[in-house]
Amino acid sequence: MLTELYIPGDSPLHSARPAWKLAALFAFCSTVFIVAHPLTLVIALVLAAVGYMMAGLNASHAFAAIRPALFVLAIIFAVQIWLADLGTATYVTLRFVALLAAAGLVTYTTTASAFTDGILALLSKAPAWVPRDKIALAMSLVWRFIPMIRSQFEEVREAQRARGLDRNMVALLVPLIVRILKNADEIAEAIEARSLD
Amino acid sequence: MTMIFDKVSVTRGGRDVLREISLTLSEHRIGIIGDNGSGKSTLLRLFNGLQKPNTGSVRFKDHTDDLRHHVGFVFQNPDNQIVYPMVEEDLAFGLKSRKLSKDDTDARIQAVLEELGIGHLRTRLTHELSGGEKQLVALAGVLVTQPELIVFDEPTTLLDLRNKTRFMRLLGTLSQPAVVVSHDLDLLMGFDRVLLIEDGCISQDGSPDMVIPAYRAAREC
Repeated sequence: MLTELYIPGDSPLHSARPAWKLAALFAFCSTVFIVAHPLTLVIALVLAAVGYMMAGLNASHAFAAIRPALFVLAIIFAVQIWLADLGTATYVTLRFVALLAAAGLVTYTTTASAFTDGILALLSKAPAWVPRDKIALAMSLVWRFIPMIRSQFEEVREAQRARGLDRNMVALLVPLIVRILKNADEIAEAIEARSLD
Repeated sequence: MTMIFDKVSVTRGGRDVLREISLTLSEHRIGIIGDNGSGKSTLLRLFNGLQKPNTGSVRFKDHTDDLRHHVGFVFQNPDNQIVYPMVEEDLAFGLKSRKLSKDDTDARIQAVLEELGIGHLRTRLTHELSGGEKQLVALAGVLVTQPELIVFDEPTTLLDLRNKTRFMRLLGTLSQPAVVVSHDLDLLMGFDRVLLIEDGCISQDGSPDMVIPAYRAAREC
């Protein structure tokens, strides 16, 4: 869902209330999984396609939302062929594709602050002990730092490639995790410095 | 502005990072220099309460507890200071605790972005900005809260020459007093006062013309 970031636009989907979009996404995902019928899947895929067109987005945007999960989708497809048959494998895999595309659509049409407000709206009836603001801030941080962590991973991979270690998971993950943890400390300090608790 | 450090000591892991620092700072531009690990970043963190002294006190005007509401902090790496993915969202983040109306928030954001000459970045994604642009956005995120004093932790370390020059020019135009920790001695040459920290103590305190050449001479082989 958070693979790519907001794409500015003035479509009805862009201007829709974030809480409604999140609720609609929840309903969409639930329906696709609970009503296990090929017709449901076809309707879901058509709805997702219509959503992308309404938002002024194209197939490459939809593919970008699915691309990071292609490896996992391939595994699911292969396992389903092994356990069942080609038809079931296609059906199950396309179900995940529909979910990823719909989640990507919400991401593309919702700014981080609007998303945060949507989360806050959905949590408005939560008990007082639920740290609503902290949950909302955590969500926005996820949004902000996914591209940064991706960029750091690329830097570490380049550095390890120069040493001939780009296929060594320890050489890739240890420096990356150390950097992420160090950054986390500095980010927490910066948030504190910016007058927030 | 007057910032007063009264016999401030900071201990970390059994080691004295700062030892009985006593200072009265009222100059418009103050630089802090010193070797790595000398305690200058710790001293800077005392300015806005990120670091609490183990002994002694830090006072800005009449404030001792809520320093962060009066003192803005610009970090060395803007990537760790910018919290939201879009520039205007990030600037608004610093204002959330101020409970301003949306119109007031928008007006403040626009004014600061224009002051820094980066109004065109308002709706840009922060991770797509250049290093120099990110540093300016980080500064804008501090300026939008209208601090009475701004402290900078090695602000030019990650900047290229062009952006460093731009940043130095900008620093000269800020109306707020500024305290800058830097290894970039040229940046501090026009300042009113420079402090040299060595081994947790202020070893020299005076004009840049006096402190910087001495520091430079002592480190040159």
